[in-house]
Amino acid sequence: MKLYQMTAHQLHQLLLRKEVTSREITESVLRRVEEVEGRIHAYITLTPEMALEQSAAADLRIQKGEAGPMTGIPLAIKDVICTQGVRTTCGSHILENFIPPYDATVTQKLKAAGAVFIGKANMDEFAMGSSTENSSFGPTRNPWDLDRIPGGSSGGSAAAVAADECIVSLGSDTGGSIRQPAACCGIVGMKPTYGRVSRYGLVAFASSLDQIGPFGKDVRDTALLLNAISGHEPRDSTSVDLPVPDYTQALVEDVRGMVLGVPRETFGQGVDPEVAGSVREAIEVLKRLGAKTVDVSLPHSDYALAVYYIIAPCEASSNLARYDGVKYGFRARGTEDLLDMYQETRWQGFGAEVKRRIMLGTYALSAGYYDAYYLKASRVRTLIRKDFEEAFQKCDALILPTAPTPAFRVGEKVDDPLQMYLSDIFTIPCNLAGLPGLSLPCGFTGKGLPVGLQILGNFFQEEKILRVAWAYEQNTEHHRRKPKL
Amino acid sequence: MEYEPVIGLEVHAQLLTRSKIFCGCSTLFGAEANTHTCPVCTGLPGSLPVLNQKVVEFTVRAALATHGKIAPCSQFARKNYFYPDLPKGYQISQYELPLSTDGYVEIRLDSQKKRIGLIRIHMEEDAGKLLHDLSSDRGASSYVDFNRTGVPLIEIVSAPEIRSPEEAAAYLRKLRAILMFLDICDGNMEEGSFRCDANISLRPKGQEAFGVKTELKNMNSFRNVQKALDYEIRRQTALLDQGDRVVQETRLWDAARGVTASMRGKEEAHDYRYFPDPDLVPLVIDPQWVEKIRAGLPELPDQKKDRFIRDYGIPEYDAEILTSSKALANYYEECLRAYSQPKTVSNWIMSELLRELKRDEREIEECPVPAGNLAEMLKMIDRGVISGKIAKSLFEEMYRTGKGAQEIVREKGLVQVTDTSAIEKAIDQVLAASPREVEAYRKGKDKLFGFFVGQVMKATQGKANPALVNELLKKKL
Repeated sequence: MKLYQMTAHQLHQLLLRKEVTSREITESVLRRVEEVEGRIHAYITLTPEMALEQSAAADLRIQKGEAGPMTGIPLAIKDVICTQGVRTTCGSHILENFIPPYDATVTQKLKAAGAVFIGKANMDEFAMGSSTENSSFGPTRNPWDLDRIPGGSSGGSAAAVAADECIVSLGSDTGGSIRQPAACCGIVGMKPTYGRVSRYGLVAFASSLDQIGPFGKDVRDTALLLNAISGHEPRDSTSVDLPVPDYTQALVEDVRGMVLGVPRETFGQGVDPEVAGSVREAIEVLKRLGAKTVDVSLPHSDYALAVYYIIAPCEASSNLARYDGVKYGFRARGTEDLLDMYQETRWQGFGAEVKRRIMLGTYALSAGYYDAYYLKASRVRTLIRKDFEEAFQKCDALILPTAPTPAFRVGEKVDDPLQMYLSDIFTIPCNLAGLPGLSLPCGFTGKGLPVGLQILGNFFQEEKILRVAWAYEQNTEHHRRKPKL
Repeated sequence: MEYEPVIGLEVHAQLLTRSKIFCGCSTLFGAEANTHTCPVCTGLPGSLPVLNQKVVEFTVRAALATHGKIAPCSQFARKNYFYPDLPKGYQISQYELPLSTDGYVEIRLDSQKKRIGLIRIHMEEDAGKLLHDLSSDRGASSYVDFNRTGVPLIEIVSAPEIRSPEEAAAYLRKLRAILMFLDICDGNMEEGSFRCDANISLRPKGQEAFGVKTELKNMNSFRNVQKALDYEIRRQTALLDQGDRVVQETRLWDAARGVTASMRGKEEAHDYRYFPDPDLVPLVIDPQWVEKIRAGLPELPDQKKDRFIRDYGIPEYDAEILTSSKALANYYEECLRAYSQPKTVSNWIMSELLRELKRDEREIEECPVPAGNLAEMLKMIDRGVISGKIAKSLFEEMYRTGKGAQEIVREKGLVQVTDTSAIEKAIDQVLAASPREVEAYRKGKDKLFGFFVGQVMKATQGKANPALVNELLKKKL
């Protein structure tokens, strides 16, 4: 096995035993990037010099016996997370040359942990999309089938892990943007509880839904990266001041006695039969391992997509107002006056999907429409959350597919936004409620495309999710499969 | 027809916190452009606001001092609009759930008391400042200074219960005094730390329903607020009398021309698309904390006024004026510590001192006569060193030069003449020069006594002790 193919926990052992250096791992990953990046396009910006410097520093730390689980591990950061001195584009032309003067909290934490930054991962512009086709820098390809999308919006982060162009990566999840690409790329991805990870330095799409989370090749790597980034931070008023457990402690038990809820609404909604089959099989596996299943209902989840496509665009329309050409980023040239400058800058700077959502949100917040849209959506959001609270009275975790279909073809849905939006139908309710969720591979279709199993937990019960995921993973082989590149 | 004005005022007061409302940057005025900035107050992507607790404390103080209710749970909202001095493209403010509602301010006008209701007090962030350079090398250019961006403001919205420009001015003076007594605002209108917009409409006297209002902006002094309202009443009256309608719009006060002019156009047609700011959690206020703040409130204008009436025995009218600003009240009390005749001190401050200040448009803080100097002068009158008449011109001199009373008296030889022989000599001269008046007086025309006193005082250049003049004159006549 090549170094770049290994997991973070395997590499950590090798590093501790001095069998390998971070520099060797980093060079191995960088060579892999050189080899496949032309086909995948997982990155917007590569930072090899920085990576080599960081790996040298990590090696010193390891020699001194101060290595943590992330020390010397090469990773990718979604380009929506600020990195001091390294441009952060959000996949948008409007921020093409924006170099943040500060680090996001998670970036700081990973630097402090001694991680190695390979680069900034590609994404749908401002995290708006489900295929990474909305990037101003061109789409990312799915490592399992280069004609297909890797999911989105964190498609670059997911594809980079799946294609071994990094060991682990960070994404952000507003309506499924970590879990859906994890499913499409056959890896593990987790959206933590809202408030678990500081959003400081995460460029906002929809502030009340956005959450940073980890991607890994297996459940243990995902838990390790979650350990590294979690925790309360005063600079984010919405981050929650609760102690952070060691999430790997959740990986030692089995699922005997756990009750898993299967939402009755799930399998009716145009789910691809192969996906449904894989998920049902996964449920059987978990039952064999000693879990009980219970039928639960989430009656308001039918409205989740509609609610999401009001609340997220409303917040986005306001969050994206700062890109006006005045202070940083792109400014249109040759404009006549202030209004013209604003209009041309935003017209030329943003892509079609971003403009669509800004218009949706601006409309929904306008005088006379606020009550009918934003306010009503907020109320239904509360009902959706109550559905989950009720469901979790009966079970420890919910099991459902991550996405209704496996990865679709590049270009297949670009002209049909509604079809594109439907790919998040199973992931969105979790964001609206603020709950944690995880996707891990649970099979492959006849065409060899990965299928994702989604596990949702109650607030701050990431451990229960990880326990189920770990037990399932230990008893299956899907996570060991690698795409042929 | 006779109309009644209906006026409501919106005051923006800058809070005197050391750091900004949502970040740790300094609020100091006058620093080099864009030096008091950080990723948060310049709206860099990914930055997040964190509420400054001191801002909440100051706002609670303002609310308690104006008898407002404190909302147990309030919320920040985004006010969305594009302008280059607004780096996020929205201002964080409060909208549906402000920190305080239902307060009032008591004003006094022509010995009538009146309560002006406060609809709300809410917190918000200030915007930056634009600088325009028409002659730059690159052609006309505009620059943005973000130092002021994120400086905390409170907006205080009065009910439409003000009925005249005079009431408006009295309300503003009182509100400003309260904020300054609380040490939460420096009250400087010219630097913009206390700003006022006005809504005004007219209705036929006796009618309940409100007329169409206009909003007046750009008034940077009490005097301008009053003038702008006066103008607008005249303008709206003329429109209504002609059978025209008042257009609901924003009008700018042009102090140079003394008129309001319509802003018209795009600037006005705002839909702010307010919605709760998802970056800031609802603000829950602990009632015990509020009680702690209440217990720590300083003496407020009305309380101070009551104490002055009670402890110093001065009339309510005097007390009202002396407590109209904290600095003036302090001046009064400092003077009293050195010279304990409350009414005398009050008389001098209210007549002589305030007249001089008003003429020069100066604040009491800029008064060239220290309280101790006024007390010293009053003592000199009591000791008979100078006459009350001399004292008036002496005070003017003290105000003009900033010198002490004794120093001026020495320099100018203003010491009162108490030497009887000198006074007698003057009396003799006066009587000798006015034989007909002496004759008339002796025949019973008593009123002429005042004439002789005047003449003697004139002859002694006002330096003669008036009591002695009276006494000696009576003898001689």
